[in-house]
Amino acid sequence: MKLSEKIIEGLLWLAATITILVTIGIIWVLLSGSIPFFQKVSIIEFITGTEWTPLFAKKEFGILPLVAGTFLTTAIAIAVALPLGLTIAIYLNEYAPARLKSTIKPVLEVLATIPTVVYGFFALTVVTPFLQGFIPNLAGFNALSAGIVMGIMIIPMISSLSEDAISAVPKSLREAAYGMGSTRLQTAFKVMVPAASSGIIVSVILAISRAVGETMLVAIAAGQQPRFTLNPLVPIETITTYIVQVSLGDVPHGSLEYRTIFAAGLVLFVFTFALNNLSFWIKKKYQEKYD
Amino acid sequence: MSKKQIKLEARDINAYYGDFHALKGINVAMEEKTVTAFIGPSGCGKSTFLRIFNRMNDYIDGFKTEGEILLDGENIYAKNVLVDELRKRVGMVFQKPNPFPKSIYENVVYGLKIQGMSNKAALAEAAEKALHQAALWNEVKDNLNKSALALSGGQQQRLCIARALAISPSVLLMDEPASALDPISTAKIEELIHQLKEQYTIVIVTHNMQQAGRVSDTTAFFYMGELVEHAKTKTIFTNPKDKRTEDYITGRFG
Ligand SMILES: Nc1ncnc2c1ncn2[C@@H]1O[C@H](COP(=O)(O)OP(=O)(O)OP(=O)(O)O)[C@@H](O)[C@H]1O
Ligand SMILES: [Mg+2]
Repeated sequence: MKLSEKIIEGLLWLAATITILVTIGIIWVLLSGSIPFFQKVSIIEFITGTEWTPLFAKKEFGILPLVAGTFLTTAIAIAVALPLGLTIAIYLNEYAPARLKSTIKPVLEVLATIPTVVYGFFALTVVTPFLQGFIPNLAGFNALSAGIVMGIMIIPMISSLSEDAISAVPKSLREAAYGMGSTRLQTAFKVMVPAASSGIIVSVILAISRAVGETMLVAIAAGQQPRFTLNPLVPIETITTYIVQVSLGDVPHGSLEYRTIFAAGLVLFVFTFALNNLSFWIKKKYQEKYD
Repeated sequence: MSKKQIKLEARDINAYYGDFHALKGINVAMEEKTVTAFIGPSGCGKSTFLRIFNRMNDYIDGFKTEGEILLDGENIYAKNVLVDELRKRVGMVFQKPNPFPKSIYENVVYGLKIQGMSNKAALAEAAEKALHQAALWNEVKDNLNKSALALSGGQQQRLCIARALAISPSVLLMDEPASALDPISTAKIEELIHQLKEQYTIVIVTHNMQQAGRVSDTTAFFYMGELVEHAKTKTIFTNPKDKRTEDYITGRFG
């Protein structure tokens, strides 16, 4: 018994260590790539500049256009995914018969397995032309359809995690609500959702972090034009898209232009790292509240 | 003794969980402003029957009820009955205290708020009244905004009673309301039931024979889905008609 347990323990320890090492490695790569960059470009200029043109003759290194692009697509995605995902979660929990629930959940999860490149082309070739029917000045590449389709893509994430959170609420609370004469809708919104709020918030944060990191979809459908705007109708560029653009392009390694992707990557990393930690913290803080 | 009105009446109630016949042809009538105790061995159908009176079993997959329950003479299983309206008239207190994860105050006013009451002063007044009725006011009056989950088990149960009373039901169903509580809290709840009887018709499920003896006016003994005997509590305990009742209350089976 001792030996096999030792081996398992060792493997687990190894797995944990590798995870930590990889994270440290990523931070190391990002930092060592961006330090030379920040020796040439001031951090203030980087954080507050509203022009991002490292690949042009007249170079500007303000990250805000990329941040704005990322923010815009993410906000649109969440605006689509949160209401729909939450509605689905509530429907599955409070209304759907058990059999329907056990069919819908896996079907939804299939949505999450479709390659993002497919979503990208869906946005570009179906959603954008469709929207142009209503919004004539919608550009061929735009944040709107990229954001909407990204929202559809992350619905399963929100619905599934929120559904888990709602079904983890003790049955006794639902009975208390019904016992007081609550309708199903009141039970859902006044009791179940508030009681599951920490889990729901965590699902949204994870969805945001997924949206911030999404690359292919926005690269295909939102364009590659860094623009400091919150107008969803015009082409924009997100942080991730920019990184792909440079990595795949013919920028010479080691040049200042090349180093921009480390600085941009660092910003991305800080965002998602902060979001993930926030969700972890919320989960921990509110976990044992009921029961 | 003046004859009281019949508040609740069950007529030929049969209930099924799928194929399992859980309640078998039950007929019983309960007078207004009395306490009726349901006793019987575990699994005999006490909770199932109690939950018939506020249609709490409606959500259980495969559950089916036949027969009529008359509340003030009207069948609560009639087609046009709104279940949520019914439950405002028939309140329920559960075995395990189940306050909402909200403040004490929000728990008590929950029922009024979902009915659309929004006047702050009126809500506060109703909350105070309900907490007084549930003998909890003195313990919580300075901490109304504290989380209900921070209260002791006994206090939580009295809060659940206050929450139920706040919407002025006329019937109160209690499923072993003190079984999860210590003796002192249990005594408080029993005392409370005595007082509440002035205004409410109470049905209480209990496993505790002494408790049934202390709090109830009439007692119904259930056995394997049947109502064996329903009579004055004193009669049930001193002079039961049925052999099974006698065996149960004398502890010959459990
Ligand atoms: N949801 C359910 N599905 C199927 N059968 C059930 C369900 N709930 C209860 N039963 C069965 O119905 C019968 C009556 O159960 P009920 O809970 O009413 O008993 P009880 O008298 O309240 O018991 P206890 O004293 O243990 O609380 C039992 O045999 C039980 O197994
Ligand atoms: Mg029971």
